Formats: sequence, structure tokens, C-alpha cells
Amino acid sequence: MIPEIGQFSLILAFCFAIVQGVFPLIGVWKNHGPLMNLAVPAARAQFLFIAIAFVCLDYSFYANDFSVLYVASNSNSHMPLAYRLAALWGGHEGSMLLWVSMLAVWTIAVTLFVKDLPETFRIRLISVMGLVSIGFLAFVIFTSNPFERLIPAALDGRDLNPLLQDPGMVFHPPVLYMGYVGFSVAFAFAIAALLDGRLDITWARWTRPWTTVAWVFLTLGIAFGSKWAYYELGWGGWWFWDAVENASFMPWLVGTALIHSLAVTEKRDAFKVWTVLLSICAFSLSLLGTFLVRSGVLTSVHAFATDPGRGLFILIYLVVVIGGALLLFAFKAPSVGLGEKFDVVSRESMLLSNNVVLLAAAGSVLLGTMYPLLMDALGAGKISVGPPYFNAVFVAIMAPGLFLMGLGPLAKWKKASLPEIGTRLRVAAIISVVSALLVPFMMGKLTLMTAIGVFLGIWVVSTSLILLINRIKLRQSASTNLLENMQGIPPAFYGMLLAHCGIGVFILGVTLVKGYEFEQDLRMEVNDVATVGALSFKFEGAQEIQGPNYTSSQGTFKVSNAGKEITLLHPEKRFYPVQGSMMTEADIHAGVFKDLYVSLGEPLENGAWSVRIYVKPFVQWIWAGAILMALGGILALTDKRYRIANKRAAKQAQAAQEAFEA
Amino acid sequence: MNRMAKFLIPLALFLVAVGFLAKGLFLDPHEVPSPLVGKPAPIFQAPILGEAGKTFNSADLKGQVWLLNVWASWCGACRDEHPVLMEMAKTKQIFTYGLDYKDTDQAAQAVLLAHGNPYQATVTDADGKIGIDFGVYGVPETYVIDKAGVIRFKQTGPITDEILFTKIVPLLKELQR
Amino acid sequence: MKKLLILLLLISSTAFAGAAQPLAEDVALEARLKALSQELRCLVCQNSTLADSNAPLAEDLRKEIRVQLRAGKSDKEVVDYLVARYGDFVRYRPPVNNSTALLWFGPFLLLIIGSFVLYRVLKKHAGNDEIKGEDG
Repeated sequence: MIPEIGQFSLILAFCFAIVQGVFPLIGVWKNHGPLMNLAVPAARAQFLFIAIAFVCLDYSFYANDFSVLYVASNSNSHMPLAYRLAALWGGHEGSMLLWVSMLAVWTIAVTLFVKDLPETFRIRLISVMGLVSIGFLAFVIFTSNPFERLIPAALDGRDLNPLLQDPGMVFHPPVLYMGYVGFSVAFAFAIAALLDGRLDITWARWTRPWTTVAWVFLTLGIAFGSKWAYYELGWGGWWFWDAVENASFMPWLVGTALIHSLAVTEKRDAFKVWTVLLSICAFSLSLLGTFLVRSGVLTSVHAFATDPGRGLFILIYLVVVIGGALLLFAFKAPSVGLGEKFDVVSRESMLLSNNVVLLAAAGSVLLGTMYPLLMDALGAGKISVGPPYFNAVFVAIMAPGLFLMGLGPLAKWKKASLPEIGTRLRVAAIISVVSALLVPFMMGKLTLMTAIGVFLGIWVVSTSLILLINRIKLRQSASTNLLENMQGIPPAFYGMLLAHCGIGVFILGVTLVKGYEFEQDLRMEVNDVATVGALSFKFEGAQEIQGPNYTSSQGTFKVSNAGKEITLLHPEKRFYPVQGSMMTEADIHAGVFKDLYVSLGEPLENGAWSVRIYVKPFVQWIWAGAILMALGGILALTDKRYRIANKRAAKQAQAAQEAFEA
Repeated sequence: MNRMAKFLIPLALFLVAVGFLAKGLFLDPHEVPSPLVGKPAPIFQAPILGEAGKTFNSADLKGQVWLLNVWASWCGACRDEHPVLMEMAKTKQIFTYGLDYKDTDQAAQAVLLAHGNPYQATVTDADGKIGIDFGVYGVPETYVIDKAGVIRFKQTGPITDEILFTKIVPLLKELQR
Repeated sequence: MKKLLILLLLISSTAFAGAAQPLAEDVALEARLKALSQELRCLVCQNSTLADSNAPLAEDLRKEIRVQLRAGKSDKEVVDYLVARYGDFVRYRPPVNNSTALLWFGPFLLLIIGSFVLYRVLKKHAGNDEIKGEDG
């Protein structure tokens, strides 16, 4: 009964999505009040019924209802409850339900927070969100129904892929999807603005916080996923340039570009056409990612059960949504004004050159991801594009951008002078060059790549600090109290600094772990000791343990530094009988300066094991950097300027409209 | 109209991408075409299954059109194509040689005993060396080799009736002429 | 007595603190194999490198590569050996040739064209008026 309620709710949600997506737009067009007023209640009803469907499906997982095909395929009665509940998004059908649920959450947030916007704009905005939702609900209902029954019911489920039975599974997909789908808001803002003929400063100011929130989620989602891969796959990789990872990374790159171009548009009312195009692109890449993952056109680690029928459905949907948006763009863009002037060298131009770099970088990821398909479609043969390509091309493109990142924030708005920026940055340049030589020297080996990496990392951090000092000095004329001066600076500024420092920290992490990682494959008998510098790893044997739905050989390693015990590590080799698969569970002693990472290979004779030991310097900085970026985004959101300015701008717009109509 | 032209560029790029994606839906990304098609087949010598002491030399088959079918007792999909191979053997017009890939003789012979032997002879490749030379990556695989010893066709995965009649038989007819 | 003591010491040292032995006989060769096989794709699972895959074919290929490296073959010769059998698909680093020129140089071209277009647009946007800078 419960699954049927869920399915019925989905169908109702679909109906309400149609109401929300179609009628209010007609209402705005015909200036018909009652139709316009349908938008908000329909959006709320849609949310309610999607929520019911979500709860119903998760209840089936909770209750181990193996008469539901999806539950039987992705769960098992022996799985811990948290994983059973998270298994909802462990397969294709359920993760699509998660997708539409996230879209509903965003829609409801929009209805709650945009009350102050002019009416036609607000109605169009909500309605466009509804249009986006129609397609995905139809996709779930008609091609990927998670509530399908299995008759006769299975005795027990086929278990969730053991790789996914991890705390990471509970957090990573929802956060990632929240970010992915969040760009739909910026998209809807862009479409509404194009329809409304309201591409201006206020539009940019309204879009900015929404874009930032989505970006924060996406940043965290990608970082969680990377961390998870790091400890789960047993060999300490954290990014593989896999098609699915790329599918989430492209919207991130374009979203980052969007955040910066919105800054220009908000400040100068300029480059509106470009900004609106980026808003469309960011979400289009999210959709493209969904297509790539679900249609089976690419091989990927995260392969969902794929099906060309589903692929065709999404492709048609892509053509309607993205094609429609781009067509609308082509019609409306020529009449958009140019905005205020600024010089070729200015903060504005720096922000826009950041866009060029980020887009070229996104282009390299897109090209690398799609190229095997391109070659195949042209009959030019099969090739693989993997990490060696991306590490070479992507990094080479980003490097000059990172250098510009140090210059940009110091440039004055409207017109800046390069020599002046140069003088201000002399100290940062010296610090960076010295560190670029000193750090590799301290780590024991100097290579060109590590020197460049350290230079860029330190450069980004030190220029940010100099910027802060400059900013405080600027205010010193008003007050001599340091704390007061610091408080006077808006949070958005600190947010920017923090996010930029996050990038610097991230680069340092990547550079140092790539350059100075140590790895050893060993054969260890009980009581054998492996030494790495001052560190020693003593293998104290492995024992069989019984998990809830697996059996495991658990090794014990005593790790000491210069004879002093630091920690005990317990890497495992697990066997999950339902799917008959072996899992390597590494154990990690994480630290600020290095991670000690031990994973078990295969059992050898006499209780000996093949063991892999890694020492990974500064690897945690990779995720620390990502968290700083996200915190920067959150800090920027707390800026009072938005809320007050929002209301003020809205009132102005309203007044203007009333005056116009009167 | 001219002013609109440059704003149509994103749409145009998008539509080109859609074209490729649509084409991509009908391609299989997992299928890897062999670079050996159109090239001389590797020459190999190996023991014949069930005939102790005898070796097979693929050079001896020059001047003959033949099929090399890579199989193993541990491969489930090989059982699926076994009836098709048996049908082919019955016609007595297609010479199929088996390559028993990474297998034990005992297990392989048991399979042939239970399901029939469609092969002129089965060559053993216990360590998979010959398999590597042929670029085998997914058993079963079948190679069509012409009179000059050149590989003309490769089928990765089981042969179905459809593949047999639409691809292999017409090709063999042409090659045997 | 002295002999016994030494014997005891020997036994105890092996029983309590044997130094772990590298898994590979030839550590340098193994490092080379690893670096090489990390750029190669496993054909059976297709989503992992030859270095990380546990598929039997991957093991065979690693064995074969080890033999060839020991015989003094260069990395390039080994890659060519594999490409001749499995095609360019096995290389995670696609070769640079006519059909991959767009892949390798496209992004840089995009960067250059993008910068050029931006410069032109900015120049046009700025016009000839005198613009004054703002702190902020």
C-alpha cells in the first residue's frame, strides 16, 4: 500500500508541476491575476507530494519491503539502518527521486524568500522552476519508477554495492545534488529576467546569494565525494577525472565564473548578456552531467544501470530546456544595454579574465570527457582520455588564472594601474618565490612542478593577506582601533578572502601530496616492522571479525614515531557475501602535516599479508581548502547588504513599475 | 537579424553537441574494436587439447579460411554461444578452431564432452599468452582469418544467430571465393 | 654457551622485529611498472588503471610488462606493444595526432581566443572617456 501511495503522490506532484509551470506563465502573459496566483500554492503542493513520495520510498527501505523492485535491488535486511535509508539514492531510480526532491526544496525556498520581488518577475521565476520540474518528474514516473513492484517478492534484497556502504553515502549525494540542482535557481532567475526584460543590477543582486548557496553545496558535495574515495578505495587517490566526477566539476567551474561575473554586473550593470549566458550554462552543464551519467554513453566508475531509452528521454528534455533557453537568449540579448564604463585594467576586467580562464578550464574538462564519444561518433576509433591528459592540460590552463587571482582583488574598481598593483604586491611576490624554493628544499626534493605549485599556493594566500592589511589601512583614517576597523569591513569581503585562501590551501595540499607522497608495497609477517624515516609500522597480526553483513580480516598495526607509539591502525579486508565482493578498508591516521595510510592486500602464507603503506604529506589540506572555500561562500552570504539592498531594490523596482503603469 | 547572429552561437554549439550525444546513445562505449583487424594474425604454436604430444601450428592453415573461437570452461557466455557453434560445425563448411583460454585441460574436456565438440581442434593457452597476442579481453571472442592469414573480422562476446547470418556467413562466402 | 646465546638472539630478533620485506623482488622495476601501468586502462573493468585492477587479464598484462621491462624494453616499446593489440583505447594519455589535435590544443586555443575577444570587448566598452578609479 505504502509504495502505491508514494507512486500516486509522484503523479500528483507531476500534475502540480504542470500547474506551476504552465498556467502562471500564461497568466503573466495575458495579465490574468487568478492564473498568476496559482504559482505559489502549486509549488507548495508539489513539494508536499514529492516529500510524501520520498518518505514512502524510504519507509519501504526501512521496513525491508522486498516486494518493491528497487528496494530488493539495492538493500538487504542485514544492512545497518542508516545505510538502508541512504540506499534510497543508491541506484538510478531513487537518485532521480532525490534529484526532484532537491529541486522541490529549492523551489519552496524560492517561494519563501523572494516575496519582495516584483510580482511578474516572481511569478515567472517560480513558474520556470515548475517547468524544469515537469521534465524530471515525467522522467521518474515514465522511465524510472522507484515504486515498481516485484511479484513475487524477493526473500531478501540483493544488497547495496558494498562500496556505497559507508557514512559518505549518507552525506555526499544529498549535498552534491543540492548543489547540482541549486543552479536551477540561477537558471530560473535568468529566464525570468529575459522574459521580463529585467536584466539589470537588481537582477544580479537577487541572483547572487542563490548562486552562492548552490556553489557552497556543490563545493562541499564534491569535497565529500573526494574524501570518501580517498579512504574507501584503498589506495589513497582522491580525484580520478572520471566522467561522473567531471560532470559535477564542470558546473562548479562555470558556477565559480558566474559568481565572479555577477559581481561585475551587480557593480556596473555591465556584461549582463555574458552573465545571463553563464547562468544558463551552469545549469545546462548540471543537466548534461545527469545525461552523461544516466544514458550510458560514457564508461564510468559510477555507472548506474544504463538504458538508451532513458538517455533519449533526457536528451529530448535537454533540447527543450537548454535549447529553449538559448533561443530565448538569442532573441532577447541583442536589446540588452551595455551598462557603465570601466577601464581595460580594472577590478571588473580582472573578474572577467577570471571568467575566460575558468571557461577554458571547463572547456578542457568538457572536451576531455566528451572526446571519446566524439571520436567514436565520427568513426575515428576508440580512445581513452584519462588523468594524464587532464593533469597536463587543465593544470596548465589554471596556472595563469591562479596568478591573476592574486592581482585581481587588489585592482581598483573602474580603473586600476598595473604599476601600482605591482608595488603593492612586491612583498607577496618575494614571500612566494622564497617559499617556492624553500619548501621543496625542506621536503627534500625540488622539482619544477612542486616549485610552481608552492609558488601559486603561497601567492594566493599572501596576496589575500596583503589585501586585508591594505583594506584595514584604508580605514585607519576613520578610526585607529584595529578591531573596529576590521569590523567595519563587510563580511562579503572576508568571504572572498577566505574562499581565495581556500584555493591556496588546496593547491598547497595537491602539490605537496603529489610531490612527496611515499608508498611501499610490503610483505609483512606477524611482528614485522616497516620503517619510513623515523616512523615505524609494526604488524601485530590479523584476526577474523564479524560485521553486520560482512566478514572481515582486520589487521593491527602499531605505528610509532622515533620509538614513541602514535596510534594503532586497523585496516580491513572485508567480504560481503550477498554480492560476493571483497572490499579494502584502509585505516588512516590523519594529521595536519601528513596522513599515515595502511591498507591490507592479500593474505600470504603463515599469517603474513601483503601490505601497502602510504605516507601522504599535507593531503588533508585538499579538503581543508574546499571547506575554507565553502565557509567563504557562507560568510559572503551573511552580508547585510544583500538583505537590505534586496528590499530596497525591490521597492524601487515596484515603485518604478507603479509609476509606469499609472 | 545580423545583430542576433552572434547570440545564436551558443545555441548552434549546443545543437552540434546534441547531435553527437544522440549518436552516442546508439554506440557501445565498452566495445573496443581490435586494431588487429586487417592485419596478419599472430602465428602461434601450442599443444592440442586431448591429444598429448601433438602441437598445433597456425601457419599450417595458410590458404584456408578459418575461425578462431576463444573460449574457456569458466566462461558462462561461452555456453550461450555453444549451440550456435555446433550448428556451424554441422554445415561442415566452416572450420572453427578453439582456443581454450586460461583453463585446465580437464575442465575444458568435460565441457566438450557434455555439450559437444564444434572444433576441428582446440588449442590450449593455459597462461593466456596467445590471448594477449590476439588482444583478447573478454571471452568468448571469435576471429575470422582469411586464406592469406589476415584477420578480417572480430566478434567480442558470444556469437548469436543474427551475427552469424548477417556478418560471419556473408564474409566467409566472400573470402572463400 | 656463547653460540647458544647468539642463536637465541637471532631467533628472538626474527620473532619480534623482523624488517618487512618489499613485496617485489626488484623495487626499481616495480616502481617503473607502476608508473607505466597507471597510464594504461584495464580492458576488462575499463574504469580502473592496469595498476589498480584485480582482473586476471590485468595481472597477466602486468606480468608481461614486467618481463618486457626486465628484458630492457623502453616504456614506449611496452606501450606500443599494448596499443598494437588493444588499440589506443588502452592509453589514458591519448596520442597527439591529427584526430586528437582539437583535444590537446583546443582548450589553449579557447584561452587565447577568449582573452583576445575579452580584450577587444573591454577596449570597446571602455570607450575613450577618462575613467577614474574607485577604492573598495
